[in-house]
Amino acid sequence: MNMENKIAARVKEVPPSGIRKFFDIANSMEGVISLGVGEPDFVTPWNVREACIYSLEKGMTYYTSNWGMPELRKAISTYLSLRFGVDYNPENEIIVTVGASEAIDLALRAILEPEDEVLIPDPSYVAYMPCVRFCGAKPVAIECSAEDGFRITPEHLKKSITSKTKALILPYPNNPTGGIMTREDLEAISEVLRDTDILVISDEIYAELTYEGKHTSIANIPDMKERTILINGFSKAFAMTGWRLGYAAGHPDLIGAMVKIHQYTTLCAPIMAQVAALEALNKGFEDGFASVEYMVRQYNRRRKVIVNGFREIGLDCFEPMGAFYVFPSIKKTRMTSEEFCERLLMDQKVAVVPGTAFGSCGEGFIRCSYAYSIENINEALKRIGNFIKKL
Amino acid sequence: MTKEILEILSEDSRRTPEEIAVMLDADVDDVRQKIKELENKKAIVKYNTIVNWDKIEREYVTAFIEVKVTPQRDLGFDAIAERIYKFPEVKSVYLMSGDFDLAVMIEGRTMKEVAFFVAEKLAVLDSVVSTTTHFVLKKYKIDGVVLEGEEKDYRQVIVP
Repeated sequence: MNMENKIAARVKEVPPSGIRKFFDIANSMEGVISLGVGEPDFVTPWNVREACIYSLEKGMTYYTSNWGMPELRKAISTYLSLRFGVDYNPENEIIVTVGASEAIDLALRAILEPEDEVLIPDPSYVAYMPCVRFCGAKPVAIECSAEDGFRITPEHLKKSITSKTKALILPYPNNPTGGIMTREDLEAISEVLRDTDILVISDEIYAELTYEGKHTSIANIPDMKERTILINGFSKAFAMTGWRLGYAAGHPDLIGAMVKIHQYTTLCAPIMAQVAALEALNKGFEDGFASVEYMVRQYNRRRKVIVNGFREIGLDCFEPMGAFYVFPSIKKTRMTSEEFCERLLMDQKVAVVPGTAFGSCGEGFIRCSYAYSIENINEALKRIGNFIKKL
Repeated sequence: MTKEILEILSEDSRRTPEEIAVMLDADVDDVRQKIKELENKKAIVKYNTIVNWDKIEREYVTAFIEVKVTPQRDLGFDAIAERIYKFPEVKSVYLMSGDFDLAVMIEGRTMKEVAFFVAEKLAVLDSVVSTTTHFVLKKYKIDGVVLEGEEKDYRQVIVP
């Protein structure tokens, strides 16, 4: 049998991940310093791990409600209200998912018909485009530039909207650029959206990692909540990537449709992770999210060290206000992003990710994560400096 | 800025004012000035190194002594605490709530040396009612630092 022919066209047409090649090379090399990881270097706080261990000892090893444990949904509702000023009913407006990734997939599958168009800022996280295509729908890139702080401008948004536009994916703070959308920025694009019936899938997984100011959710902008599916999770703010726990909040009809898919494909998120997440939130309510704030302070210091470092090396570096990435321009080296990353890896054993892995507008940029110790960052900067000097 | 400087220095006292200035996006002279002030008012007491002596060929023993004392009129526990902490063998002294009054950490070369110090110098003090000596067998964590078996970085090299 020709298995190649058995693969569905909408799966076949999605190209393999752009960073796979680097991953394989970097992984086989000794002494590699990496700035390539999109997850916190902090281990999950001990109280959270301990709560999970205790739940296993007690025998909490069963399915939960399809929606997620009621106590956890209630805590998520309180958290969203407390930290971001958005109110959702834990009874029917919140679903707990296997990572924010599942929530993105569910949201898209719940709303998309074939031929629908979904607007996605470029560059963005690698999963949106493929997930839209898996639904048989059409991803449409909104070009973003360093000059605009990698934000979606109302002009670019307006230009991209057609009669087929079903939804806008709004991933801020942004991976890979570190760009954010302030309240003013969100108000400006809401002005455009208000005249349409376009839904917003707002991926706010990096919301807590916002520096010099607080994150604003688009659900907090007048008239926007009804059309918004807000997605968040525990991976970044609570250093819980491997637990795979996220959630979505939104209109009961939309969340209900997502639950329908979730209950038949996944049933529920693992109970261990749900118990752990509940502890993370409850501890946060008690101590004012001290461990989140501690991690944010640490990231913020590293952010300043790495931005300063790239500027000293002589690479233009837009100042990221969120997440834990910098996205310096390598245009003056006259190399493509991929060429730059490959040569940097071979020559200096530093692993960074080419901007093109996140969309064609990422050409001329590299993504460097600062979820590393200051020593690691300084060593990587030194090697990148050597590399640039030798060119 | 003060709290942030203290947090950075308490994690690594070798961070230079230049490094701290970058981390906090502050002026180097302001950082230097602030550190000087903190040193002057003894908020920064000392820049110490945490040593795991078990890694070094050195015979030593640490003991934790529970000391019950009679507080003195007007002076409370302070006078007797001072009598005790002046001995160089005494590494730390805390006033405690509960079953005993002073927690005293002592370091010596041998158990015998420590036992004699307690018997001859501590127990005989006028206000000391009783002492209980506990020898430290192994140190796992000192001042927030785990000495061995810290978690390693299990992350993949590249993750989107």
